[in-house]
Amino acid sequence: MAEYLIKNGFVFDPVLGINGDKADIAVKDGKIVESTALSNPQVIDAAGKTVMAAGVDIHAHVAGPKVNVGRNFRPEDKLFNCEAGKGVRRMAGGFSVPTVFRTGYLYARMGYGTVMEAAMPPLYARHTHEEMRDTPILDQGAYPVFGNNWFVLEYLKNNEMENVEAYISWLLRTTRGYAIKIVNPGGTEAWGWGLNCNSIHDPVPYFDITPAQIMKGLMDANEALRLPHSIHIHTNNLGNPGNFETTLETFKLFEGAKPNNDFGRKQVMHHTHVQFHSYGGDSWANVESKADEIMNYVNSHDNMTMDLGCVTLDETTTMTADGPFEHHLTELNHLKWANTDVELETAAGVVPYVYSPNIKVCGIQWAIGLELALMAKDPMRVFITTDHPNAGPFFRYPRVMKWLMSQKAREAQMDSLKWAEKVRGATFLSGLDRELTLYEIAAMTRAGTAQALGLADMYGSLKPGLQGDVAVYDYNPETAEDPELIEKAFSNAAYLLKGGEVVVKDGEIVSNGNKKTLWVDAKVNDNPQVRRDITEKFLRYYTVTEANYEVNEKVFMKNPYRIEVDATQ
Amino acid sequence: MTKIVTDVVCPFCGTLCDDLEVKVSDDGTQILEVYNACVIGTEKFLHSQAKDRLKVPQMQDEEGNWKDVSIDDAVDYTAQMLCNAKKPLMYGWSSTNCEAQSTGNEIAEIVGAVVDNTATVCHGTTLIAVQDVGVPSCTLGEVKNRADRIVFWGCNPAHAHPRHMSRYSIFPRGFFTGKGHKARKMVVVDPRSTDTAKMADVHMQIEQGRDYELLSALRVAVRGAPLPETVAGIPRETIQDVAETLKSGRFVVIFFGMGVTQTLSKNHNIDMAISLTRDLNEYTKAAIMPMRGHYNVTGSGQVLGWQFGFPFCVDLSRGFARYNPGDSSSNDLLRRGEVDAVFVLGSDPGAHFPISSVKKIAQLPSVCVDPHHTPTSAVCKLHMPVAFVGVEEAGCAYRMDNVPIETRKVVEAPEGMVSDEEFLKMVLTRVKEIKGVA
Repeated sequence: MAEYLIKNGFVFDPVLGINGDKADIAVKDGKIVESTALSNPQVIDAAGKTVMAAGVDIHAHVAGPKVNVGRNFRPEDKLFNCEAGKGVRRMAGGFSVPTVFRTGYLYARMGYGTVMEAAMPPLYARHTHEEMRDTPILDQGAYPVFGNNWFVLEYLKNNEMENVEAYISWLLRTTRGYAIKIVNPGGTEAWGWGLNCNSIHDPVPYFDITPAQIMKGLMDANEALRLPHSIHIHTNNLGNPGNFETTLETFKLFEGAKPNNDFGRKQVMHHTHVQFHSYGGDSWANVESKADEIMNYVNSHDNMTMDLGCVTLDETTTMTADGPFEHHLTELNHLKWANTDVELETAAGVVPYVYSPNIKVCGIQWAIGLELALMAKDPMRVFITTDHPNAGPFFRYPRVMKWLMSQKAREAQMDSLKWAEKVRGATFLSGLDRELTLYEIAAMTRAGTAQALGLADMYGSLKPGLQGDVAVYDYNPETAEDPELIEKAFSNAAYLLKGGEVVVKDGEIVSNGNKKTLWVDAKVNDNPQVRRDITEKFLRYYTVTEANYEVNEKVFMKNPYRIEVDATQ
Repeated sequence: MTKIVTDVVCPFCGTLCDDLEVKVSDDGTQILEVYNACVIGTEKFLHSQAKDRLKVPQMQDEEGNWKDVSIDDAVDYTAQMLCNAKKPLMYGWSSTNCEAQSTGNEIAEIVGAVVDNTATVCHGTTLIAVQDVGVPSCTLGEVKNRADRIVFWGCNPAHAHPRHMSRYSIFPRGFFTGKGHKARKMVVVDPRSTDTAKMADVHMQIEQGRDYELLSALRVAVRGAPLPETVAGIPRETIQDVAETLKSGRFVVIFFGMGVTQTLSKNHNIDMAISLTRDLNEYTKAAIMPMRGHYNVTGSGQVLGWQFGFPFCVDLSRGFARYNPGDSSSNDLLRRGEVDAVFVLGSDPGAHFPISSVKKIAQLPSVCVDPHHTPTSAVCKLHMPVAFVGVEEAGCAYRMDNVPIETRKVVEAPEGMVSDEEFLKMVLTRVKEIKGVA
């Protein structure tokens, strides 16, 4: 493979502690190496440019059944954004729910190399893998959802922890999944009857267990299994005024818990799109930001990580395994509603949404997402996301960065809101003069996320030995003054090296790369009880046979990358 | 010694039953028996064993005489035809696997074709309605485990989806439905007294083509508002009773078929049916599901969706994906004379399109890829016989509830025969050569 020497760039790498120093980065045989290891490298002149490891997205909805519902039921989402194929590029289109090709290209153009699909219904794992297989460039993995799974609910209710662990191990292997995702624990099962669990103590109908027990039990199982990522939570009561109390209650469930793994992960729980979970007030009339209370807690408890879920003030398509929430949303905005309840496992809903700058609540939501980041004391634990496409499309990350790095830019946005004064009154944003640095941005978009995923030995830094995933941005931190340059530069990477190969050059896709699909194989002791239970459930309640459930690695995955964990001790 | 292959997936209808067992000969070439399948599914497996099966591509000359050609010639003719055409139509895709669909889509992209599947003449109206109002739905296991109110509207599963009622909807005992059909209420809406209708608790024998009115009336009745004495030939009291039956259920499912998608009002019927389902969610849990016909028509919509963003009628001829049913749909293009070559794989428009469309196909350079000689091959210039997907070739297919299942290979195809995907890959390679694409 080719050798590259990226010379004289301003390097930002929180893992190595490099904060804008000029340095050369060497890549050989797909990996980062010391520059002395190169013999005849191609030189990339990065003078006056910013150099970081490629981005790692911990949470986005980019592949699978609900994403494809979003594409197929919104032809209007393709207006004015279709691109013809060119060179190695396939045709691409779609705004809030881009086609798989456009997803790969847009992420690569932002300098991202790894993206995790945040919710995979196990019965639809094959579909999720088919879409990931067709998504170019990006290394990907998918989190199967566990929080409403009948096996999990029954085992946890009976306090059969070994059985929970054996079942998780089986499901991760069978679906080629990466981590334990929990969405509206218990509430989505309740949705099977049109009901919900609005607090973490509401019992789940029939199963007689609470969301708190589900989350705590899955966290214990996750640590016993020593998985690379922690449990990944979207707690109950999303999107409702006053829900910050539910969020804090969820956080507190894990107090004192310690991580147990060999992957360098330091948290026992990742809470996703916290913006949607940080509302005070008791109605839409008096909803207000509680980012302060949320971040006070996060800052003082280092066994958790979180991502933002920033609202970007776009028209978008919401989609989540929180089935009852999507019904609530369609009742609110009266736009079209798709829902799919999945036997024994989960549900999902999809509803278009317009985050209008003319609506007060949307402005408040926009502000809260930014406040969470600006109040964060440890950027290695607080990550930039938009919960794509729920709060906005992922290709707005550079715009979010602009707002976070420039008070002037966010004040300009604030001023353009129709209800700017009311938004100011209900939020803290205008009082925050912090401007994040590129060093902090690098932590929030690559170093921190790679560590939280247990992938710090592959991604997130420019340390020799890691994957040759390097992004170069045409942004000079010493001279750039206009915040618009941030958005422009980080939307159009000058270079992206993926696995040691140039895939983006001058903002243009020049290769489809050689993507990997990551999954976790956790070995546990043989468990005849769980084997028997699986066989029985498939015979009696599933509509596919047990033998037809497993995802065939050879057919459905591109370059499968198995991460082995031994939890048999 | 014979052997039994288990967990076989049936490549016939959208029910995609995956519990078949097939007895094959020791050498893996002969299917001897098929267990658990319905009569149609059984026939599909056994038919692959027909002694007079086509194995060699054939071309038709201007006088209508057929002569055998090599696979290489067939590949070249197909590639040249697609590359020479300004706007070829690549139609079908519903009786093949997603891998073949994906390869076909890539060819279509390079040659600037219109890709359309059989939804264009069956549930395309449903897909349009979903774009209007969405679709609250569920998997078939939810129906089995929870549903106690089942509506079949304009469909006849007893004949068209023969195992649907026994596997999923009426008879099975699920987790919360331990009494099976005894605790389910079954409503059928159909102008005909079908075998499905005869089994129903209530058969609303609607006047032909009046579905929109009856669906509207049910929405009115669900809200408890006044109704005229009869609607669509159904007495007010019956409508009110049915509305009450649905509202009092714990989990309602409406299944609907071409009796309502292809009658007057088309997608507007489905808009109304989906809206009724939405309304019912105010009172209980309700879902709706189209009774998809071909075993992988759903898959074609999915693959087109993630690759181009639209589920059918995708026009790639301008270099980017366009979608406009009524304009970019197969019959409209054919009847307006807007396409100049036709490629058919995995369906039979010769049997199902209007004669005016079929005549157009007969006048154009055309290819039919199908294991059988069909009415479509009769009007095409080239017939390319291939292996049976789901019998002689594995690959992914999507059930009517969008659940993907990997079909299984049960027997070897006759020697020298290629699969849909293999044929398309050869065409793709040739197309790239002709177009000079890397």
